[in-house]
Amino acid sequence: MIRVTLPYHLRLLSKVGSEVSLELEGPVTQRAILDALEARYPMLRGTIRDHQTKERRPFIRFFACGEDWSHEGPDAPLPEAVASGREVFRIVGAMAGG
Amino acid sequence: MSSVRVLVGTRKGAFILTSDEKRANWQVSGPHFAGWEIYHINGSPADPNRLYASQSSGWFGQVIQRSDDGGQTWNPVGNQFAYEGETGTHQWYDGTQHPWGFTRVWNLQPSLDDPDTVYAGVEDAALFKSTDGGQTWRELPGLRSAKGHLWQPGAGGMCLHTILLDPSNPDRIYVAISAAGAFRTDDGGQTWLPINKGLKSDYELPDPDADVGHCVHNLAMHPSRPGVLFMQKHWDVMRSDDAGGLWREVSGNLPSDFGFPIAVHAHEPETVYVVPIKSDSEHYPPEGKLRVYRSRGGSEQWEALTNGLPQKDCYVNVLRSAMAVDRLDSCGIYFGTTGGQVYVSPDSGDHWQPIVHDLPAVLSVEVQTLP
Repeated sequence: MIRVTLPYHLRLLSKVGSEVSLELEGPVTQRAILDALEARYPMLRGTIRDHQTKERRPFIRFFACGEDWSHEGPDAPLPEAVASGREVFRIVGAMAGG
Repeated sequence: MSSVRVLVGTRKGAFILTSDEKRANWQVSGPHFAGWEIYHINGSPADPNRLYASQSSGWFGQVIQRSDDGGQTWNPVGNQFAYEGETGTHQWYDGTQHPWGFTRVWNLQPSLDDPDTVYAGVEDAALFKSTDGGQTWRELPGLRSAKGHLWQPGAGGMCLHTILLDPSNPDRIYVAISAAGAFRTDDGGQTWLPINKGLKSDYELPDPDADVGHCVHNLAMHPSRPGVLFMQKHWDVMRSDDAGGLWREVSGNLPSDFGFPIAVHAHEPETVYVVPIKSDSEHYPPEGKLRVYRSRGGSEQWEALTNGLPQKDCYVNVLRSAMAVDRLDSCGIYFGTTGGQVYVSPDSGDHWQPIVHDLPAVLSVEVQTLP
């Protein structure tokens, strides 16, 4: 079971609580998590990554295990602690806007 | 008893203001979608309970919301706006060509007779259409074939901000783009004609009479006379009596002919309203006096409407989509400011009062007249 947190505005948009649990098959990567998240909550499509290119939106960040994974490839394996559900995969709205 | 529902888009959410036909006591609902920019919220003429809202954010991009109960509840619908075919390029600020890229939806215009059909004007400028209640969107790409490579962004981005549907001819649509100009289709959006003859852009274009490139701020039309168009251009208030074939200036005695919105009285097709703004570098009313100006009978003489509006130390702006009229017997005029006030005049502009004082900066105002 993968645990994911969303930024406040996306929690409101998708009507979820502070944490989302996802079942994944296969390697646990950013792409796999986002595919599963968007499949369950279609209203999130386009809000975290581009509809077509699947590139992360510029002011979105991915944190896990105290590290910034935003610039890692979408198919890079995430830490075992995320894959096992001990640690949360955090989707964060970047500090910006003054 | 009739009532009105005022749909207000702001920098930090949507607000819905309701009143009976006296328009003296108001209920305020909101913020809806708090924290998001609501560029436009608009209702279907065919089903007033069907509303569409453009919700956007620099962090999370574009969301389209739909309500089927007059704004009490909302659900997100489709938000994928993919340009058709070869994306192409347009002119950039430095004169080079720049690839088209979607940023946000500026304007949502529901069909006059089908609640599930709605048009979306977007930045970078293009027109999209949905026929399934906003679930999916398809570009009408013929518009960008109208010399799109010569269009360029205005200071607010290259936005398609105005969509007018001709009630007498379902195949005729007018749109306006900053800074490209006005365009018309007579075949339901397949092909488009620039309709900018007569516009003069002496300070904005090397060729002031160019086919495209004009900074049109807003268009207005009375539904009973869809061939008569009024335009607030970057500079100049203009009028066309032949569906945009030729424009002539009607700025007359306005204290400034710069401004953003323009509106037509609901029952007097020759009565027009503008809000003069000092200049393109000083986006506030001349002399710090917030004045709506009204022209009646097709005249180029404009009358200042000031009763109830601040006449000193007022330095707000009124943006292009932030003025609207209702259809009650005594026509109501509404506008919102960047200072967060929404004003109403229930008597065609003679007297004004604020409905709300302290909203976030107002981006758009639409009014529904309900039976």
